[in-house]
Amino acid sequence: MARKTPEVNSSSTADMAFLLLCFFMMTTTMDQDKGLSRRLPPMPDPNHKLEDQKVNKRNIVVVKINSQDRLLVGSKPMHVSDLREEVKRFIKNPYGDETLPEWKDTTITYGNKNYDFKISKGVISLQNDRGTSYAKYIEVQNELVGAFNDLREEEAKAKFNKSFSELDEEQQDIIKEVIPQMISEAEPKDITKK
Amino acid sequence: MSKFKQKGKREVPQPPSGSLSDIVFMLLFFFMVTTTMRETESKLIISTPEASEAVKLERKDLTSYINIGTPIKSLQAQYGDGIRIQLNDSFKTIVEIRDFIAAERETKSEADRTKMTVAIKADKDARMGDITDVKQELRRCSALKIMYMAKKGEKANK
Repeated sequence: MARKTPEVNSSSTADMAFLLLCFFMMTTTMDQDKGLSRRLPPMPDPNHKLEDQKVNKRNIVVVKINSQDRLLVGSKPMHVSDLREEVKRFIKNPYGDETLPEWKDTTITYGNKNYDFKISKGVISLQNDRGTSYAKYIEVQNELVGAFNDLREEEAKAKFNKSFSELDEEQQDIIKEVIPQMISEAEPKDITKK
Repeated sequence: MSKFKQKGKREVPQPPSGSLSDIVFMLLFFFMVTTTMRETESKLIISTPEASEAVKLERKDLTSYINIGTPIKSLQAQYGDGIRIQLNDSFKTIVEIRDFIAAERETKSEADRTKMTVAIKADKDARMGDITDVKQELRRCSALKIMYMAKKGEKANK
């Protein structure tokens, strides 16, 4: 009778794997990088004279943060927690107010249905001082982005009866197109002047 | 009647441990795949601000990091406790950002260069003056896609 080859003792492979596992668990960093994505405006061409873009006054709201981290929206001081609602009201202009931004009516066909959209021409202009703290700046940026996200969410609910994140890519693009993130940042030279 | 009678002493059988190593290996592979080794050592104390609308950074491999904060305790004697900029492994000045961006751009493939993102990881106590300088320099290098790093926080109290 042939002799059986003894089986390799495998009871310690688990221990070895555990050791390796512990090593990777220790060294791993699970923190995902998160943040607010922004696009900077390109540097104006020095050979080109910067022509003032004519923007209708009612279409723009200036958000200023001074060196004491105080907030000024348009001409009135405001707390950060009220900023979101204010921006939403400004962009949406629900009652067709003369002092709030203009809008453009468009119709977009999706599937075999036509959807009517009001594209607001409103622009948020953000200005800050050199002494503004970064924390405040991000807080304000966050509220502005949040306001636009809320508007997109509302539009998605109204038009497609779904939450924005549940829409397919094409629908999301439509919503993004009709509610663009119109946040512009002033040239820094304007803010140090005062 | 006694058909099912058990013979001998009843013993609780040892649970089979043969698959234990497989389970552990699976966990191991999970961690090996998800792990990212820290490439650069941070010489700055940075606590990023919180933002409820923060979104995930999409392409980590296309991202360059600019760290802005105060030097860590052990380096404060040497560098002071002012706001410093760290690129890769060393402290740099504003003007050196240009070279840094150019070098980073070289490492990316041709097709991905336009998608390159610069992540600004700044301490929440930093002043906007420093950030604005960095932003202006980035605009000059036409690295326009930026991201302000932030922790995912609670929705602002209403």
